[in-house]
Amino acid sequence: MDMSVELDVFVGNTTIMDEEVYQFWLDGYTVNDAVKVRMEGGVLEEYEASTDVLLSDTMDQFRTFQMCERLLHTPAKLANQLLFQIPPHRQTMLIERYYAFDNAFVREVLGKKLSKGTKKDLDDISAKTGITLKSCRRQFDNFKRVFKVVEELKGPLVENIQQHFLLSDKLARDYAAIVFFANNRFETGKRKLQFLSFQDFAFCAGQLISNWTVGAVGKMQQLERDTESGAVRQLLNKQAKEKHPICTNNMVEDMDVDLDKEFLQDLKDLKILINDKDLLDQHKSLVCTALRGKTKVFNEMEANFKTLSRALVNIAAKLTNTKDVRDLFIDLVEKFIEPCRSDRWTSADVRLFLTYYTNSARTLDTFRHQVTWDRYMDVIKSCILKMYHD
Amino acid sequence: MPGKLKAKIVAGRHLPVMDRASDLTDAFVEVKFGNTTFKTDVCPKSLNPQWNSEWFKFEVDDEDLQDEPLQITVLDHDTYSANDAIGKVYIDIDPLLSCEAATVISGWFPIYDTIHGIRGEINVLVKVDLFNDLNRFRQSSCGVKFFCTTSIPKCYRVVMVHGFVEELVVNEDPEYQWIDRIRTPRASNEARQRLISLMSGELQRKIGLKVLEMGGNAVLGYLQCFDLEGESGLVVRAIGTACTLDKLSSLPTAVLPACNSPSREMKESPLAQAPSHGCRSSHNSPVHSAAAASARLSQGFSVSVPTLIFTGMRLHRHRSLGETGREHTAQTVLPGRQCRPPFSEDPNPNIHSSGPSTPLKNQTYSFSPSKSYSRQSSSSDTDLSLTPKTAAGAASWRVGPRVSLCPSFPALSSEPLSIPNTFYLPLRPRAGHGSATPPPPPPPVSAQSNSTMLRKSVSFSEDLLLAAFGMGSGGSAGKDGGPLKTLLRQQTQSALEQREFPFFTLTCFPPGFLIHVGGVVSARSVKLLDRIHNPDEPETRDAWWEEIRQEIKSHAKALGCHAVVGYSESTSICEEVCILSASGTAAILNPKFMQEGCLDSYSEHSRLEDPAPPSCGFCHIPYDELNMPFPAHLTYCYNCRRQKVPDVLFTTIDLPVEATVMGKGSLIQARLCRLKKKAQGEVNATAISNLLPFMEYELHTQLMNKLKLRSMNALFGLRVQISVGENMLVGLASATGVYLMALPAPGGIQIAGKTPSDITYEQHISNMQKKINDTISKNKDLYEVHPQEIIEEVIGSPIPESRQRSRLFRSHSESSDEVSELDLSHGKKDAFVLEIDDTDAVEDIHSLLTDAPMPSGFYSCNTEIMPGIYNWTSSLQMFTSVRVFRLNNVNLTNQGLNKIFNDLCENLLKSLYFKLRSMVPCCLCHLNFAVAVPEEELIQVAVTAVAMTFDKEQAQENFKANMEKAIMKVISENEEQLQFPLELCTETPAPQPFSPSKGTGHQDGGGIHTSARATSVDYSSFADRCSTWIELIKLKAQAIRRGSIKTTASQEKGSPLPEGRSRSLRCMRPFPSSTVSVVKMTPLSFLPGTRIIKYLGIINMFFIRETTSLREEGGVSGFLHCFIAEVFAMVRAHVAALGGNAVVSYSMKECVFMENPNKNQAQCLINVSGDAVIFVRESEAEATAAAPQTSSMQNLSGAAEANA
Repeated sequence: MDMSVELDVFVGNTTIMDEEVYQFWLDGYTVNDAVKVRMEGGVLEEYEASTDVLLSDTMDQFRTFQMCERLLHTPAKLANQLLFQIPPHRQTMLIERYYAFDNAFVREVLGKKLSKGTKKDLDDISAKTGITLKSCRRQFDNFKRVFKVVEELKGPLVENIQQHFLLSDKLARDYAAIVFFANNRFETGKRKLQFLSFQDFAFCAGQLISNWTVGAVGKMQQLERDTESGAVRQLLNKQAKEKHPICTNNMVEDMDVDLDKEFLQDLKDLKILINDKDLLDQHKSLVCTALRGKTKVFNEMEANFKTLSRALVNIAAKLTNTKDVRDLFIDLVEKFIEPCRSDRWTSADVRLFLTYYTNSARTLDTFRHQVTWDRYMDVIKSCILKMYHD
Repeated sequence: MPGKLKAKIVAGRHLPVMDRASDLTDAFVEVKFGNTTFKTDVCPKSLNPQWNSEWFKFEVDDEDLQDEPLQITVLDHDTYSANDAIGKVYIDIDPLLSCEAATVISGWFPIYDTIHGIRGEINVLVKVDLFNDLNRFRQSSCGVKFFCTTSIPKCYRVVMVHGFVEELVVNEDPEYQWIDRIRTPRASNEARQRLISLMSGELQRKIGLKVLEMGGNAVLGYLQCFDLEGESGLVVRAIGTACTLDKLSSLPTAVLPACNSPSREMKESPLAQAPSHGCRSSHNSPVHSAAAASARLSQGFSVSVPTLIFTGMRLHRHRSLGETGREHTAQTVLPGRQCRPPFSEDPNPNIHSSGPSTPLKNQTYSFSPSKSYSRQSSSSDTDLSLTPKTAAGAASWRVGPRVSLCPSFPALSSEPLSIPNTFYLPLRPRAGHGSATPPPPPPPVSAQSNSTMLRKSVSFSEDLLLAAFGMGSGGSAGKDGGPLKTLLRQQTQSALEQREFPFFTLTCFPPGFLIHVGGVVSARSVKLLDRIHNPDEPETRDAWWEEIRQEIKSHAKALGCHAVVGYSESTSICEEVCILSASGTAAILNPKFMQEGCLDSYSEHSRLEDPAPPSCGFCHIPYDELNMPFPAHLTYCYNCRRQKVPDVLFTTIDLPVEATVMGKGSLIQARLCRLKKKAQGEVNATAISNLLPFMEYELHTQLMNKLKLRSMNALFGLRVQISVGENMLVGLASATGVYLMALPAPGGIQIAGKTPSDITYEQHISNMQKKINDTISKNKDLYEVHPQEIIEEVIGSPIPESRQRSRLFRSHSESSDEVSELDLSHGKKDAFVLEIDDTDAVEDIHSLLTDAPMPSGFYSCNTEIMPGIYNWTSSLQMFTSVRVFRLNNVNLTNQGLNKIFNDLCENLLKSLYFKLRSMVPCCLCHLNFAVAVPEEELIQVAVTAVAMTFDKEQAQENFKANMEKAIMKVISENEEQLQFPLELCTETPAPQPFSPSKGTGHQDGGGIHTSARATSVDYSSFADRCSTWIELIKLKAQAIRRGSIKTTASQEKGSPLPEGRSRSLRCMRPFPSSTVSVVKMTPLSFLPGTRIIKYLGIINMFFIRETTSLREEGGVSGFLHCFIAEVFAMVRAHVAALGGNAVVSYSMKECVFMENPNKNQAQCLINVSGDAVIFVRESEAEATAAAPQTSSMQNLSGAAEANA
């Protein structure tokens, strides 16, 4: 070659960004790899461009993204910075894509402490998932960044994330799940849990956040004001007011990140359902009467009722221990889902069982913990139903 | 007119962390103007400080207001050590000084540091209260409006065009001061930025003064340039066209208040000018002037010691120079000089008197209209600044006339036409010998003069001018075509002759302004930069330009033209050699624009007197057919068949609106590299001046070939750049080719080989011929150029030859025998013949002729808009692209080098097409290439352009219908301009907004709402809708805020609007809410689909960026990418702070990049300019215009009811 390009830049008044190239950059491709893939993609033929042209374009865009990256770390800045003129919908795209993550990756780190130690394992995760190390790092750093910002914030978790990172509702909810799992260190990595996808866990996290956290109480207040919902809510409200005088004002003072300790304490009261023999029998007969003829696995249900009920109540009663909180999902799988599955229950069967199981307890004369029971079982039921698949 | 400048520091955001320990910053702000500094409190431990300071007030002269920028420095407070500077903001106050522009500057500005780039933003409010001017010794020119735009700004009307204004100021470059060895790069960069800011302020003020003297109130086509001359100094120069503009509004007198009238006052008081002759008198109070002048201009370092050392060295060398110089002068200059007396003794007073004799006149009045005053004032400035550095004795090589002679002369004397309308005039031969004699090979050096001879060299060019004039114009006046033409010409001439330089920097004119266009005139001159040692002779640079302009003027005269339009000047500097270039288009103008009295509403005049000015009129030759200044091939106009037209027309202007064009236009570039031996001083200058003519010639040959290849017959916007490097010269000529209906169809291209005996060679030739023919036919389809053969047949008889023929010779070396070969006239053939003398040339021609075709959907041009495309959509993308290439092989040949340079430009274009592919169908407009040779093996190409999309469906309609539509549009636009004031009424700071009648106020608000709703329906895409929504609301809010900034009540009145805005923000929920307003940028003077409603002032910014961690910043590309983005950001921020939403006529004047990868360092200087404007979308404009109308109608009806 008689000459070489020493410097090559292109700057538009409106920053030019190709979504495809952005994805390559996010996925941690090198410039050369991206060029290769783009060539195979056929952009060249369309525009009769040479490899040089493609290389120059790719380099240029990678550079732009790199310069933008600093801003993407605090997305609110992107809208207020002066350096790049980016139309609002492009900004949204940039942010959304930057914070998007691979399900395979998130499954690996879900519930793990977002610390340097975990970061060191990224090499292994990269090798295992086939996601480039660079991309793994970005995703991990995103998790960590979001975690750090919302950890200290008051108010609803999802809204906090949305406000600070300008993410879509869906993505903000996923991040809420990640933050929630990381904070409570739920075990998700065990072999028995491998059949569960991130979306399963994210759903469960959503349930836990909106029902079992301190913030949930405030939300329910809100809910109660908005919709004139039933007596249960009002009761719950009263209860909450008595226990947490702070919560009386509308501002939610605590966070969504931590489980409601008082509630966990209250769960111990549920033990009466298995410890009181009469109550247990009464409960069983109520459920069985209702279920008879409605399912093919009625016999199995009747046979296993006590085991299953014990399992669910024991899980509830143990949740005061941090260790047992971490094992919540593994316990649900081992103690409930696996037995049902071995008896070939369909998910309709599970739904049927759990519905009557929950509702019947309310009608028990001597059972006084309906509010706690509902708060517990609503979540457990929807989580189990979500998790009950192959 | 003293004034009070007020500044308020509101807040900062996104500041960098300055204290590692706390991860926070203790920021405070220093606000400085002139020598006064204020400080805000420290806002501890915050990256988003809120200062909300008091109003800092500066009481200053308006002159300082014009010269000085407001300097805002953000610092980090440190208890124990010195405070760290975070960065600075320079705010140009000038827009606030013109009553029509902005009234307040308010917004977020990037905090800029020359080492770190942008570091956060600061919110600032700036206002100016001007007192009425009572001082007769006024040196300021507040109120004169400056426009970069080279056409008549929309929403203005030209009452009168006064003509050319120019000025230059010189100073030492802080980078080369001794102090620079001990101060930090940051201090040095800031000194430079500040100095250049001061100098351009001063320059603008001085030009403003000249405009006021001429009775004008505005400068159009303001072109300011920097010459970084290295050790010999720093020159800031500017040219422009003085005009009297009238705002298209009903109350012109109210809009142009006191600021303009002083021009008249000044004329009455001769005293006012007296000081300017003797000494620098830019300050009213002598005490102030002494202090400020020295501080400002020499930066307080007028230390003579180091300078003396240099003086010694230079003197030594200079002596030897002087001797040789004298010899040369004796050879070449003297004959010319002897033949005519000095210019002031004019032998031809009849036609020529007014121009040269102006200085005399001026002196008698002790007040000079234009030129002489400027020179004196600038020279007195230079006295101060340059005393230690510059001295007399810059050797100068006058190449201008020779450049024009050598390359073209052979072609000219040969009877067929090779460079038809690029008029390099054979001046000397014309004066001396007959025009048909081929000249001897050019003498190596034409003219060299030392300091004492400089003046004479000026007069020398004047002599030539007279000589040329006597033969050309003097004669032509009598022999000229029709009597009407003569009359017209005399009229115009008398108007124009009063000006020393009848030059116009405008490139786009109202219909009827251009009567005839002669062709391109250009001149180049190679100069040796040297410090001026003799303080009595500080005007070197002024004299250089004067000389070149005289040359241009004489070229134009010889073409029978009295004016030069599309005029521009440029330089290329390498070490101590400087090439000065000027070019323009010789033209005959409509005198009406130049005369006082019948000036108002020119459009009516032109319409009344020439009911249908022929669309082909400008193509008709202005010169005398029987006494042509150069051989040209003339035919009768293909449009009107009455007047003669040339076969090809080259111009530097935009395509006149009235021109009828077939098909689309195309960007045409000629590219050329020439190796040059490394040399020093005069040897180097000689070598360069020897090469220049050949380069010009080759560039024009290439242009012509490529034009023929596209079957086109005219070039517009021609810009020829020749850049000098240590070991090579790079030439780049860009223009937009079109097929003008008035000119004859171009013939094909025929290739002729030299060795017919060789069969394979013959075959090769025929192959190539076939390729070329294929390309031509492909191009015809591509550009939709299909000349109708029928026309030719019909008018076959009056045209002596249906096709012109010429023989082009490609010269590859500069040997004299080849030059003499050039004038061989070939037998008459039907096509344009290319002769090939060796195999190298075959490839060469082949590569040159086959530019890569544009991808489908793309067009490109370097003029404002593409001829043949009329339905632009509003989507546009302005961009800057810079490439630097390193030549690895040192032993390159000229051909090799050419190929590299050609590939380089082609690849750059290809990259642009690829980048912008999502905008197809689109056109790259105003493609402006700038080449430089920053180092021995580096070639730098910088491109700025705008990509604009157009509607393809309509584009395929019959072009003629479109053309008519376009012409109609132009006409109706003119008419609309008259109606437009209606809607401006809401904008003007009338006391109305807070009028007691509540009804109007209420309805006003309602109008805004309806208009906003109306527009939101128009835009299909959601994003677009939202942004226009906000734009409009912001605009309205700003207009209201601005309109009545002094009454708080009226600000409250504006408050319903933000509510509306927040509502709109909510509706676009997924988008992040932004405080940054969108600012569009374009190198064009307009934004398609929009209407400019207000010009807020000129943007002229200069930045330096340096790094000592090049690798860490992403290498040279990362560094420059970031810097250019930062420059854009700062331009946008300034425009937004002025209340604008776009920059038009944007250009990057300078991009000087230097690197030292070994030291991990790089530095870059960028100068950009443009006009800040407020635009509204056309649909919104209608809506807003409708609003006040309805409200006023309702008022009327209300009043009627009340009466009843």
